[in-house]
Amino acid sequence: MAAESGSGFPVDPLHQFVVNKIFPLEIGGIDASFTNSSLWMIVVLGFVTAFTVIGMSRRSMVPGRLQSSVEIFYEFIANMVRDNAGHDAQRFFPFVFTLFMFVFTANIIGLFPYAFTVTSHIIVTFALAIMVFLGVTVTGLILHGPKFFGLFVPSGVPVYMLILVTPIEIISYISRPISHSVRLFANMLAGHITLKVFAGFVISFLGAGAVGWAGAVLPFGMIVALTALELLVAALQAYVFAVLTCMYLGDALHPGH
Amino acid sequence: MATETAHQIVAQNEHANPTAHTMEGQEAAHGGAHETGFPPFNPDSFSSQLIWLAISFGILYLLMSRVALPKIATVLEERHDRIADDLDQAEQFRSQTEEAIAAYEKALGEARDEAHKIAQATRDELQAETDRQRQEVEGELAVKIADAESRIKSTKEAAMANVREIAADVAGSVVTQVLGENADAAALERAVDAEIK
Repeated sequence: MAAESGSGFPVDPLHQFVVNKIFPLEIGGIDASFTNSSLWMIVVLGFVTAFTVIGMSRRSMVPGRLQSSVEIFYEFIANMVRDNAGHDAQRFFPFVFTLFMFVFTANIIGLFPYAFTVTSHIIVTFALAIMVFLGVTVTGLILHGPKFFGLFVPSGVPVYMLILVTPIEIISYISRPISHSVRLFANMLAGHITLKVFAGFVISFLGAGAVGWAGAVLPFGMIVALTALELLVAALQAYVFAVLTCMYLGDALHPGH
Repeated sequence: MATETAHQIVAQNEHANPTAHTMEGQEAAHGGAHETGFPPFNPDSFSSQLIWLAISFGILYLLMSRVALPKIATVLEERHDRIADDLDQAEQFRSQTEEAIAAYEKALGEARDEAHKIAQATRDELQAETDRQRQEVEGELAVKIADAESRIKSTKEAAMANVREIAADVAGSVVTQVLGENADAAALERAVDAEIK
């Protein structure tokens, strides 16, 4: 596409985000095709399931490497939920665990060449974020009723300041799913585009003969370094996504704070 | 349909090395993407992504909450219990050891006291025996000393008696020599006695 538009750049950095239909399918007029995105969602599902189920298959008292990794994830997220949402948030632990593992695995798998990054699509991250947002709001309303709206009225603030603070609190609450989802989506998108742009530089240089081969070393080195950085970003953004979920849950469980 | 699908997969796999062929395949497979330009904002794919996200995330949630997490929780709990048990047992053993040490210390103290007592008794006994023997020996010595003294005294007296006789004889001889006549024996003895005393 980029080649056609005349830029001359050998790689279209956006091509990796294109959703292709593998099995076109339509249910009641709605497109439900099995796409490459769907395929990689299933891969993530399979990978997380295999990791946790095979890892724990021996149920050893003294864990091996794989079982240790599973337990590390388990305890890491259990601590995250406890620290950020409180002790009474343990019933939401399976949800946060699933969310973290899904996002984390999708981010990591997306780094492999030819893989599709599920979380690089705003609709996916937004769906996850809105699910958290609605879940948190409904939980808060069920547990606390109208008192839940006390979340928008911070205690200890003078009355005349509340006129200013409350609308800000409401706006920040409503914009949560947007910031929550865009943060993950934009990080994934930007990282993958950057990698592809540098990969394009390598190809451009290679086309320029012997000098180009020497010149290609620099962007290639950048790809190696960026891949390491993206690995960090992939893990970090999954963590941030899960931590924010926990904090929102904490708000729903303890709106008085 | 099947050939078209295969074509798409090939196109996708070659996306790092795009050729005219890939581009064609791409466009044929997904005309919509070309028009909107930015794939993540292409609403055509939204419904299918949402549906498959719901399916995969839902299944993952069920698998995690029903199968995987309870299993992990059980293993962790079992290990936790086991460690707590082992710690309890260790604590028990430790207190037993402490008791044993205390008993040992006590026995040792008693034995030491006993030994001390025996040593003291032995020492006292020996002291008493020594004292007794010394007294015996001293008694014997005193008797011998008294004996010796009395012998010395009688010898001395005998000697003194001889001295008187000799003195009387000498005095008699001197008187005889000087005066030319025998002296009165009784007068001599009186004179000698007076001198000796």
